[in-house]
Amino acid sequence: MKLSREEVLHIARLARLGLTEEDVDKFREQLSNILENFDILQQVDTTDVPPTAQSIVLQDVMRNDEVTPSLTAEDILANAPRREGDCFRVRAVLE
Amino acid sequence: MPDNLTELTIHEAHKLLKSRQLSSVELTRAYLERISRVEPEVHAFVTITDELALKQAEAADRLLEHDGVSPLAGIPVLIKDVICTRGVRTTCSSKILENLVPPYDATVVEKLKACQAVIIGKANMDEFAMGSSTENSALFITHNPWDLSRVPGGSSGGSAAAVAAGETVFALGSDTGGSIRQPAGFCSVVGLKPTYGRVSRYGLVAFASSLDQIGPLTRDVADCALVMNALAGYDRRDSTSAPRPVPDYTQCLDADLSGTRIGVPKEYFVEGMQAEVATAIKAAIGQLERLGAEIDWEVSLPHTPYALAVYYIIAPSEASANLARYDGVKYGFSYQAPSMWESMEKTRQYGFGAEVKRRIMLGTYALSAGYYDAYYLKAQKVRTLIRREFDQAFEKYDALVTPTSPTVPFKIGEKVDDPLQMYLSDVCTLPINIAGLPAISIPAGFADGLPIGMQIISKPFGEETILKIAHAYEQATEWHKRRPEI
Repeated sequence: MKLSREEVLHIARLARLGLTEEDVDKFREQLSNILENFDILQQVDTTDVPPTAQSIVLQDVMRNDEVTPSLTAEDILANAPRREGDCFRVRAVLE
Repeated sequence: MPDNLTELTIHEAHKLLKSRQLSSVELTRAYLERISRVEPEVHAFVTITDELALKQAEAADRLLEHDGVSPLAGIPVLIKDVICTRGVRTTCSSKILENLVPPYDATVVEKLKACQAVIIGKANMDEFAMGSSTENSALFITHNPWDLSRVPGGSSGGSAAAVAAGETVFALGSDTGGSIRQPAGFCSVVGLKPTYGRVSRYGLVAFASSLDQIGPLTRDVADCALVMNALAGYDRRDSTSAPRPVPDYTQCLDADLSGTRIGVPKEYFVEGMQAEVATAIKAAIGQLERLGAEIDWEVSLPHTPYALAVYYIIAPSEASANLARYDGVKYGFSYQAPSMWESMEKTRQYGFGAEVKRRIMLGTYALSAGYYDAYYLKAQKVRTLIRREFDQAFEKYDALVTPTSPTVPFKIGEKVDDPLQMYLSDVCTLPINIAGLPAISIPAGFADGLPIGMQIISKPFGEETILKIAHAYEQATEWHKRRPEI
């Protein structure tokens, strides 16, 4: 089953990833190929098998709610592409 | 002062530093000179931190006069450019982070600094650690010091190439599906992926959070143990790091393998494997037998053929979530378009390279409505079966031994246009990450002058067993002493 143009564009939109026309064609081809190889998993019987999200078993721990040193605002803003005072400057979200 | 400064191991250099036959400044200068000589051919460094290194070397020299200093004091180390270094650019070899200067150190960097190690630079890699050849670096390609027309492996290709080429004494890498072990094998150095949770991931730029681990690349196994002593341990800033005591890893280095039970899983001698690689690894296992190990040549791990698909669903899914943070707002490359959505889409279009985009697309698809159960959930269930199979094997065996890669280093350009062929070069290493196990690659031979690596795997937190077997093999062979002619 080959991915359609629309499917590729839909995934790109979910990922907020701009694609060129060339990218769309290339990804249709490559992703379809790769996904076809994943079909091998359907051969495996996973009835009653729980999923693994994490390979070592750990328990959640609680910590005291204490103030500890953290980065300064200046440190955090030092790499900002656009800033205004102590804020990151962004394009309007609601238009 | 010996004339082979750029071939010394950590333990050899430490002896010279402690006895004051050598200063860290002299050692560091020797490496900086070596770097300026071979770097135009190898291209392992994204950043050379020469001024910082010499300052750290001076400080180390003052400390080396005292007792109780770390064996890493005054020793040059190269850090893969996916690990944050305060005040030193950390690019992940990506356009999107080309100018990022982190405001904090990763825990492993803090630990190396506390040992007074000398940070000599940041290593090139596949962009965001996605790749097996370092050809996916958005900055430049790293060349294999054993044959400059071939890849050093990846994604920690810069780290492995630099250790092999004498540009650093040791290096840090990260391993999500083989990214320390495969380049270690391709460059004939020692590379360990610790158990998931053994080393803190705080400050490691996330690729696939349930698979990523930081580990050392070194010239021999004793060095690997010394670096693990410095890196391992619980860190409250990484909620997946394991609250377990850290042994002294140098204590397990023993030449006698009597009573050690080793299994050889037949599925790892895959179809399409280069004959010389299979022959070399079988000979190496024969050597382990002569050292006293009991070998079972007929172990079967029947779910192995599914590992590649499991990996290439889980890793891109996690990556697509982790890389959602690159939106051009808080740091990194930012494309300025009139609207917010267009700015974000263009930032990611121009900021990410082809392989990163491919994996974001793949992961987004596997997690999207209607496909989640068939791909992501199914892969997580098969992950359980793969892990169980290993658990059962480790009831019978102390370790499993396989080739690190199915081939010797391939030619630059040979696999860039065929993602599936590239993915297959990690077929022997990625099941280990799926199961969260520790594994090492050590030098185990050459085919026509090109390195072959042997992988030794053990149960979770079985690093000592791995180091013991690796050390015993190394002491009985000469492969690790060969240096590339560069």
